[in-house]
Amino acid sequence: MEKNKGPLLEMRNIKKDFFGNQVLTDINLSLRPGEVLGLVGENGAGKSTLMKILFGMDVIRETGGYEGEIRLDGQAVNFSTPFEALAAGIGMVHQEFSLIPGFTAAENIILNREPTKRNIVSEIFGPRMDTLDYKAIAQSADKAIDKMGVKISADMVISDMPVGHKQFTEIARELSKEHLRLLILDEPTAVLTEKEAEALLASIRSMSQQGIAVIFITHRLQEILSVCDTVVVMRDGYVVKESPAKEIDIPEITRWMVGRKVETSTVNEARELPDAKPIMSIRKLWVDMPGETVRNIDLDIKEGEILGIGGLAGQGKLGIPNGIMGLYEAGGTVEFEGKPIPLNNPRKCLDASLAFVSEDRRGVGLLLDESLEWNVAFSAMQIHDKFLKKIGPISWRDERAIREVTKRYIDELQIKCTGSRQKAKELSGGNQQKVCLAKAFALQPKFLFVSEPTRGIDVGAKALVLEALKRFNREHGVTVVIISSELEELRQSCDRIAIVSGGRIAGILPATESSEAFGTLMVSQVV
Amino acid sequence: MKQKQRTKFSLKRLLQDNSVPIMFVLICAICFPLAGYSPSYLINELITRMGRNTFLILALLIPIMAGMGLNFGMTLGAMAGEIALILVVDWQIWGIPGIILAMIISIPISILLGVFCGNLLNKAKGREMITSYFISYFMNGVYQLVVLFLMGPIIPIVHASLKLPRGYGVRNTVSLLSMRQYLDNLLAINVNGVKIPVLTFIIIGVLCLFIIWFRRTKLGQDMRAVAQDMEVARDAGINVDRTRIVAIVISTVVAGFGMIIYLQNLGNFPTYSAHMQIGTFSIAALLVGGASVERASIGNAFLGVILFHMMFILAPEAGTAITGDSMIGEYFRTFVSYGVITVALIMYETRKRRVKSMTGHLLAQAQKEEEARSK
Repeated sequence: MEKNKGPLLEMRNIKKDFFGNQVLTDINLSLRPGEVLGLVGENGAGKSTLMKILFGMDVIRETGGYEGEIRLDGQAVNFSTPFEALAAGIGMVHQEFSLIPGFTAAENIILNREPTKRNIVSEIFGPRMDTLDYKAIAQSADKAIDKMGVKISADMVISDMPVGHKQFTEIARELSKEHLRLLILDEPTAVLTEKEAEALLASIRSMSQQGIAVIFITHRLQEILSVCDTVVVMRDGYVVKESPAKEIDIPEITRWMVGRKVETSTVNEARELPDAKPIMSIRKLWVDMPGETVRNIDLDIKEGEILGIGGLAGQGKLGIPNGIMGLYEAGGTVEFEGKPIPLNNPRKCLDASLAFVSEDRRGVGLLLDESLEWNVAFSAMQIHDKFLKKIGPISWRDERAIREVTKRYIDELQIKCTGSRQKAKELSGGNQQKVCLAKAFALQPKFLFVSEPTRGIDVGAKALVLEALKRFNREHGVTVVIISSELEELRQSCDRIAIVSGGRIAGILPATESSEAFGTLMVSQVV
Repeated sequence: MKQKQRTKFSLKRLLQDNSVPIMFVLICAICFPLAGYSPSYLINELITRMGRNTFLILALLIPIMAGMGLNFGMTLGAMAGEIALILVVDWQIWGIPGIILAMIISIPISILLGVFCGNLLNKAKGREMITSYFISYFMNGVYQLVVLFLMGPIIPIVHASLKLPRGYGVRNTVSLLSMRQYLDNLLAINVNGVKIPVLTFIIIGVLCLFIIWFRRTKLGQDMRAVAQDMEVARDAGINVDRTRIVAIVISTVVAGFGMIIYLQNLGNFPTYSAHMQIGTFSIAALLVGGASVERASIGNAFLGVILFHMMFILAPEAGTAITGDSMIGEYFRTFVSYGVITVALIMYETRKRRVKSMTGHLLAQAQKEEEARSK
């Protein structure tokens, strides 16, 4: 393969539109064997669409295909299914897990490529009656795990695994394909703890040494710089910057991504509220949320403050709001304004003027097939009888009020959409998040939980979302609890920050404390 | 972390998980003295019924493995077996050759019906049980059409003893005297007055070995994958629809064989109703053995046959002893079968929920223990 000095992958003048809406324009990319390419860009910049084209996903063909040319080893290719892309040596690890829960890691790694032994029956009925060669399965799985360089147990059942190991199982599955030459990793570190993310970066480096090219998509820019050879920045469907990773730094990437200078608002507006009385007191709370269990939580939240809850992934910070709001099984006592709130009963929480913006915006947060108006107004209508006109015993929806309030939030939160009637599923991730916020704001709650408000959204949208939360708190006096994995954004927007580690509150510090102090708390009780 | 975290042994859990088999053990224990049968009579009856029914019940295992739930469509296999038997009886092929020929003839019919049923079930993913239940009613109509009108004019039926007096269609009862218990009697041994149909048990044993072996094949692995997550299996390149059809086809073919074994033991069958409840009773027996909608083992099948039929042997006599009316036995049979299936379908949902709340209790427990320690 010495003659393969040329690029492994070339994409030339790729264009794609969804029903006249141009999402990719003249994309040119090239990738040498063993090269690690970092692909960054705001949400909706076209990264995912580009990867879908490369991987031959059905959605591309169904929406009219694409223009331009993809060359693999100098040969023009056009994959019409992901299987063709796989056969050509392209592997992809998606954001969502694609694993069989009751199978072991080894069985998943080797799924549908199991080494088999022939027998009499299979001679007659064909290869599907071959018996499995369990020893060979274990060997291939171990080989793939070694190749990845991160130690995971091959005979552990997936459903018992922490979320990071599931991610590694997926990567090992791609690596177990012998002829793998190009691996696409779509935000693989989003669910990993810092330690696991580091292991993954090391693993990417070793893959690259073995000659496997990697396209690495992430929002964590420091990861890009530490592992990639080349950085490609996309914005609004164009490649706006392509540069060796050595010659670029984070502020510059950010500038290219958003196309404007982001004011790094490190201005800390943390307030001390010494005489604020507690609005919510939590005692001995336990929450059984898979992967995010907490126990023995004692916490007082002051009226009118913004409290941050931080911590590493999988340590339990998400369990707290999900448990209090009744989405996962919980026990203990929670008092709100002096009155106890029954747990495991979401309706009672909402009646008590609590609101929750879930981290699972596609599952819990949004009615994806409905219009923005309906999304914004639905909960308020159901719970507080807002936006209703009453005539006698019958009530009508007040369409005009709904439209007005939706329009107001579209302006206020700068939701990018074609109008208040657009369907929620047609928006990009960041804009969906803003709709979730608008929905919670429309409830006019006294108390708001916001879980991972900036997960998977770009720098520009992030600042906007945090600003909106802050304004909501200041102007309406609403107590806000923000749960986030990103310490920096908590430090920018909160008054106090509680750190959850190993399923417990490790400590509560004012937001003005140094990052180091928080960092120490985060790892203090990690299990 | 290699295995699932072990919960402490708890009697309550053991009872809960095996509540159905335990209930049946209790019923049998109460009925046994009331019925007043001698143990040897009871064992004799039980062995006969095991030989008769086990093969049919084993037909249910593979669709459960493929995540398609209880295959009420096994009735289709039973119909295929019946049609094959009618033809073989008409051709006057007696004894073991007749039984083997009937099995061979039933295979293509079963495959055809299985492919049809599997295709329909693929269109109703997630609602396989109710769909297969109604497919079996629907196909009963087709079966009647074939047996009542096509046999005679189109499918030649020669012997008048089989034909209805009007000249076409098959009589209400088909006599299998020419092959009655031939399979059971060949190689049969007698232990203390208990007749053991060794050959039948060998055939059942071979099927069990096949099922165990099948789990270790590529196809078996694919079925387990499809059962747990069809999307993931599809993404991995497994042909999900085809795998599911194959599961139903295997089940239908096995059910066809099972029906032939069942009927050769009985010695005759009511042409138009023999298959009607065979699915329900087989499923009930499997569930009595402790199986659930998503998990069933060979052990469940055997335990189920023993308990279910023990009850059927004992209940009529016990009923007569108590109420003086033997009808209570037949009533019991139907009542219990439907009851057990209903309970299993409900438990399928509630068990999922209970497992979920279990972990919550464990967490609360751990918190309490911790507090106690810190005090």
